[in-house]
Amino acid sequence: MSVGILIPVLLVLAALGFVLGKRQALALSDSQKTKLHSLPGYYGQTVALFTAVPALFLLGAWLILQPMAIESRIGGMIPDSVIPEGGARSLVMSDVRRIAGGLDAVLALGGMGEDELVRIGENLSTVRSRLAEVGVALVGDVPPVVFEAARAYRQDVKTGNMAMSVVVLVLAVALGLWAYRRIQPDMRARNVTESFVKSLLIAASMVAVLTTLGIVGSLVFETISFFKIYPASEFFFSTVWNPQFRGGSELGILPLLWGTLYVSLIALLVAVPIGLMIAIYLAEYASKTVRSLAKPAIEMLAGIPTIVYGLFALITVGPFLRDWLAQPLGLGTSSSSVLTAGLVMGIMIIPFVSSLSDDIINAVPQALRDGSYGLGATQSETIKQVVLPAALPGIVGAVLLAASRAIGETMIVVLGAGAAAKLDLNPFEAMTTVTVKIVSQLTGDTEFASPETLVAFALGLTLFVFTLGLNVLALYIVRKYREQYE
Amino acid sequence: MTDITAAGIPPAETQKKSLLTLDDRTRRRNAAEMRFRMMGKIGVLIGILALVGLLTSILSNGLSSFQQTFITLDIHLDPARLDKSGNRNPEEIAKVTTFGYAPLIEKALSEAMTAKGILGNGVTVKAAAELISKEAPADLRNYVIADPQSIGQTVSFKLLAAGRIDGYYKGRVTMESAKLDRNISPEQLLLADKLKSAGLLTTKFNWSFFTAPDASDTRPEAAGLGVAIIGSLYMMLIVLVLSLPIGVAASIYLEEFAPQNKFTDLIEVNIANLAAVPSVVFGILGLAIFINFAGMPQSAPVVGGLVLTLMTLPTIIIATRAAFKSVPPSIRDAALGVGASKMQAIFHHVLPLAMPGVLTGTIIGLARALGETAPLLLIGMVAFVREYPAGPPDGFFDPASALPVQVYNWTQRGDPAFIERASGAIIVLLIFLITMNMVAIILRSRFERRW
Repeated sequence: MSVGILIPVLLVLAALGFVLGKRQALALSDSQKTKLHSLPGYYGQTVALFTAVPALFLLGAWLILQPMAIESRIGGMIPDSVIPEGGARSLVMSDVRRIAGGLDAVLALGGMGEDELVRIGENLSTVRSRLAEVGVALVGDVPPVVFEAARAYRQDVKTGNMAMSVVVLVLAVALGLWAYRRIQPDMRARNVTESFVKSLLIAASMVAVLTTLGIVGSLVFETISFFKIYPASEFFFSTVWNPQFRGGSELGILPLLWGTLYVSLIALLVAVPIGLMIAIYLAEYASKTVRSLAKPAIEMLAGIPTIVYGLFALITVGPFLRDWLAQPLGLGTSSSSVLTAGLVMGIMIIPFVSSLSDDIINAVPQALRDGSYGLGATQSETIKQVVLPAALPGIVGAVLLAASRAIGETMIVVLGAGAAAKLDLNPFEAMTTVTVKIVSQLTGDTEFASPETLVAFALGLTLFVFTLGLNVLALYIVRKYREQYE
Repeated sequence: MTDITAAGIPPAETQKKSLLTLDDRTRRRNAAEMRFRMMGKIGVLIGILALVGLLTSILSNGLSSFQQTFITLDIHLDPARLDKSGNRNPEEIAKVTTFGYAPLIEKALSEAMTAKGILGNGVTVKAAAELISKEAPADLRNYVIADPQSIGQTVSFKLLAAGRIDGYYKGRVTMESAKLDRNISPEQLLLADKLKSAGLLTTKFNWSFFTAPDASDTRPEAAGLGVAIIGSLYMMLIVLVLSLPIGVAASIYLEEFAPQNKFTDLIEVNIANLAAVPSVVFGILGLAIFINFAGMPQSAPVVGGLVLTLMTLPTIIIATRAAFKSVPPSIRDAALGVGASKMQAIFHHVLPLAMPGVLTGTIIGLARALGETAPLLLIGMVAFVREYPAGPPDGFFDPASALPVQVYNWTQRGDPAFIERASGAIIVLLIFLITMNMVAIILRSRFERRW
């Protein structure tokens, strides 16, 4: 039974449990001439909850654990001799999976039974042609062991799915029956339901914690295995980034960090003055109508997906800067450059600076302004000498948050900044960033044993620590230096 | 005091000047004020100009992708070529490859050109056949396989014109660029003009852009968004189904039940930090946990959906909690006062009242997830996928693409025609986003209550 059927079956069982439970509660209270402790619906709900929820959790866990168990069992079946020179076990395993899928398709096509599968296994050329018919082309030699493994894999998946359906359904029915038998008129059904629901609520809020654990766990775990095969000092202090997929790579993070910081710096140089001026104008000067039109327009910039900015950098800003600035000045011929990415990213983070600063400037009490006006200051003097100093911690926080956003931004730099890892000062030169390299090292066929792939996790950890640090610092500054006006 | 003013200050020079005549210092200060105000205006202007520039750039590049050049031909589906045995057996028909269909097109083309009197004086059918996309025989074949009974009839087909010809009518290919181009010559462009004036070559609305799958590097004219739209749709379904209940449940707990202790603090700090984690890190999470550890398939919408769910959860939780906060405590107190349990008060009274805010937050979170690219690149959604995924739920595990990833994919191709396609795809994406945001705004203005 596939998951697509199993879930509706469980839901139907739960609904059935609800109806039966409710009816049982009413019947019992009638026959025993006692009042129910809770409303009858709650008795039904206990049955429904106990039927569906544990079974669904089990189903989820099974779906994650079964492939792992099967992989490790089948992986053990493949001897080292089969693994091609320079290849990896994972590649053979993917062959196994492909053949298994092909065999399924062959069987689904009809004209062949399970037992026939065993027979044709002895003749590999038949297998090859049958698989080719269903669109699974086998490249190179497939050793009989691999075919054998594929058959075992199929068998395991089949029995596994069977066992899953049976166990899940048995659990659902058993717990449902138990909950049903528990129904008595004096049972506190509402309390049972409510504590059950409450534990579900707690579980839901734990998802955030689990996500963080998952992120930190996967990053740290893979980074450690990276540092086992590549020296950490090289990674942190080498100024050369030159991955070779045949080994012997030089993976120094410094050029990437430099590119990241350079692009972010340009972005901040664009975004902070413009964003601040927008915030000041909208908060202090603009009439209600201007504000109600301009504020959503500026904030729309934050809602546009970053791939759109990336394309904008690629097809408009990059060529424009190259043709009108870089080439006439003789500074470069590349359309992807630090300046391109920085400018476009600056546009993207304008709304982060402006709307956060806007809120903070609005939070400065009017009394401070009135006091300043009373002393004869003009509006701009008041803003510069009273409002901004009062709002400064918040504004610094906003800038730091924008910086963290800029450092973690991916698509704009992937499309706008280029791919060459360089330590250079010329902003018209193509450079690359940490995020670009994470994407390029992990896209395509990845193999989880080489330092070239694992380095992406070390880069990811660096990025995570950087952005997290900036965020924590921003929150700390805001909390510590915030003026309390009351 | 009075005697000081009376006796002290002499009838000073200051009194000589009126307050209304500006002195230098006042003038300077007023000028500074004007400058400052001007700077603010310039800032707002730059922001709005940036938005306008961004949108115009995308629109001007992409709008043309909704139009496509077609060549209309009456093609005789010759039974002698397509079904030699004559028993209309689908398996035998499927054995005829696209090479078997190309001559049919050429024949129809030569007939049409003879009828219009274009053929002759140096114009060959072979040169004209190159104006038709390489994808056309495949389209024809699919039509015949889907409807074997049509063999023997003469059917009118709208065949795709080659990418360069399409570009010629969109201004991307010119006579000058054609001279340098291996794939097209100026003579062929002139021939295309002749076909156009003869009415064989027309430009129509490009429906297949929304339905067709991706096409190979050399056939930009056939590339469409079909698989990407389905993939994005599947992912949004998964995100909606998972993040709405989990987000609401987490918000209810944190807003209504959570005691003030270390554990609650931990959860809250976690949510705040997750909202600030770069999206590419979520891609790493998806790759390491879902694909590498749990063995889920690459490029599958289910993995993309799970990653995007984890990514949008903080956004949704923050928005949902704000919606719960805005429901006044008097509602809860009234419910509790008439004997409801806390759970009943929340589920029967607070949640329905907070629902518009919850839905608004969810839609905005979904819109953000729809435009997200970087994490999807890492979980292999950049793969070249031409087959449509199956229907849900099995299709969730089939390889698919996604709208923003398709954009990225197209920007990485050599042919400039793909830039047009990418911009067109962005327009489609933006239309989806604008629709979702409009729905959110309408929901908010319609149902949100001010207490």
